[in-house]
Amino acid sequence: MTDELPRTDAAANAAGGDAHPAAGQPLLRIEGVAKTFGTFRAVDGVSLDIKAGEFFALLGPSGCGKTTLLRMLAGFEAPDEGRILLGGKDIAQALPHERPINMMFQNYALFPHLSVRDNIAFGLKRAGMARADIAMRVAEMVALVKLEGLEKRKPDQLSGGQRQRVALARALARRPQLLLLDEPLAALDKKLRESTQGELMELQRRLGMTFIVVTHDQEEAMTMASRIGVMKAGKLAQVASPRELYEAPRSRWIAEFVGDINLFDGESKLRDGHRLIIGTRDAGTLVVAEPREPIGAGRFAVAIRPEKIKLSRRAPVSEAGRETAINSLDGVIADICYLGGTTTYKVKLDAGGMVQASVANSVRLDVHAYSLNQHVVAWFTPDDCVVLPS
Amino acid sequence: MRKVSRLSRFNIASLALGLAFLYLPILILVIYSFNASRLVTVWGGWSLRWYHEFFNDRAMIEAAWMSLRVAVSSATIATLLGTLAAVALSRGERFRGRTLFSGMLYAPLVMPEVITGLSLLLLFVALNAERGFWTVTIAHTTLTMCFVAVVVQSRLGSLDRSLEEAAMDLGCDPVRAFVAVTLPLIAPAIVAGWMLAFTLSLDDLVIASFTTGPGSAPLPIRIYSEVRLGVKPEINAICTLVIALIAVVIVIASLASKLTSSQGESAAPL
Repeated sequence: MTDELPRTDAAANAAGGDAHPAAGQPLLRIEGVAKTFGTFRAVDGVSLDIKAGEFFALLGPSGCGKTTLLRMLAGFEAPDEGRILLGGKDIAQALPHERPINMMFQNYALFPHLSVRDNIAFGLKRAGMARADIAMRVAEMVALVKLEGLEKRKPDQLSGGQRQRVALARALARRPQLLLLDEPLAALDKKLRESTQGELMELQRRLGMTFIVVTHDQEEAMTMASRIGVMKAGKLAQVASPRELYEAPRSRWIAEFVGDINLFDGESKLRDGHRLIIGTRDAGTLVVAEPREPIGAGRFAVAIRPEKIKLSRRAPVSEAGRETAINSLDGVIADICYLGGTTTYKVKLDAGGMVQASVANSVRLDVHAYSLNQHVVAWFTPDDCVVLPS
Repeated sequence: MRKVSRLSRFNIASLALGLAFLYLPILILVIYSFNASRLVTVWGGWSLRWYHEFFNDRAMIEAAWMSLRVAVSSATIATLLGTLAAVALSRGERFRGRTLFSGMLYAPLVMPEVITGLSLLLLFVALNAERGFWTVTIAHTTLTMCFVAVVVQSRLGSLDRSLEEAAMDLGCDPVRAFVAVTLPLIAPAIVAGWMLAFTLSLDDLVIASFTTGPGSAPLPIRIYSEVRLGVKPEINAICTLVIALIAVVIVIASLASKLTSSQGESAAPL
């Protein structure tokens, strides 16, 4: 049944932010960590478990506290409250050099007076490694990030992408238990960013290392991470897999922050088996799947992703007995935004609201493409809707 | 390639005028230092006579030697203190009164030298210190330390904080991080600061005349007292040598700060 997905996701959701009793002890456990700068509470009671081998992303708008949280993990800030346990040991007050954690800085922070080789070897020398071993490890790292032949260059003789690789190699050289990446791809251009995303994921899988990446770019987080923690105003708003986050956002704010979404405010009227009938102001009466967590009567928002909304010239032909399974809304095309792979149509509904529909351009010469002011029917199934507290 | 825009006639004229205003007197002094004539204002042909005279003038050589020693020691002490002050002010925790402290550090920069000199004289008298090499050195350190601090602090300010953090992340304690990463990167500014302190000390007359004692006069004081009895061409020769020395120091200092800027960071102001 198609309505299985939102339900299981909602169930996983409930457990997402808390403990993972089955997975044994987590590599990193953050317990009620808080940090205040002056009167500003940058991180406000964050608790989070991270398993070994995870690729975790901290996602949030700027100023949400994600970077502060990362800096507390690295040891550049000490939390005012809470504990940070790495392998069961509290490291909250340990200095950066006492932690088996390395960080890749946003601007890379390569030492400008040192060559690529010396940058990578820097942490190994500090660790008191033998010279021969250092040379071997540096060569290994250089090969890992494909920088062969550039070992003698200084950072200012490298391109942005090469610098990013040096920074990565330098942070990986000490084989940390946990690698922190602060906006690792922000300084790269779009094409390079996409290929580097893939390389980072490949690398993480191959090394089996635990990565925590901080990013404000949701696509980046969605692509790379196995789990995402969305932060808002110093708190974790939701911790979930990219799919759960997108398909079953826990709150209206998350639904709007991650991807595009159509939201209709309304009131629940009726319950019909697994369906709820919700009367909305802008889109008439909608039939939606009942969420797993029971919701009382009152005001809700119905959320539908643009690509879940189908457009057609006439109302879709209903299969026998499934008439109620489809919400169809009449309207006219008010705006067309061609994006190459998809086209986003804005449909002005006869009921008053506006709905955005994203349609894949699967045919090259589409004679059936919609034009402005054309009458269309926008339709979607109850399972495509998410009901959120208003 | 950067396109060099052509200078207009007006710009050429104003540039020439400005440079003439600055360097004509010095040029005349340099030329007259090679004058064979005993009279300062009459040209008597080329000669190295007055340089020869200077190198046989024991009192003058001693004064020059003292000036050099004072300049080297005061510049070294000032560089040490000034660098520490700059590091404390730009890297330390934000403590109360930090702005006041940095303001106070820069006060000698604008303080009239007469006041600095007089206050130091009063201090040395009160302490009953024997005035001579050390009092002048201390006084010059006071004067030049703030210049060093300004140069080093501006360099520190342009330095990315995360470089030190990266060093700590890679296993350095804060002191090691400073030595391994920050120090090499601010070294050009420290060198430039030292050079600046050196030249300031070398040509200081006012503070030195307040703080030196009988029988140990640095070169500027010696020259000044000679000139009061009438300008000997020998003075021109000495001055030319001092100019040459300072020119060399300034060239080295600007090369040092150029080295800094070629590393992709902004240069120390000089």
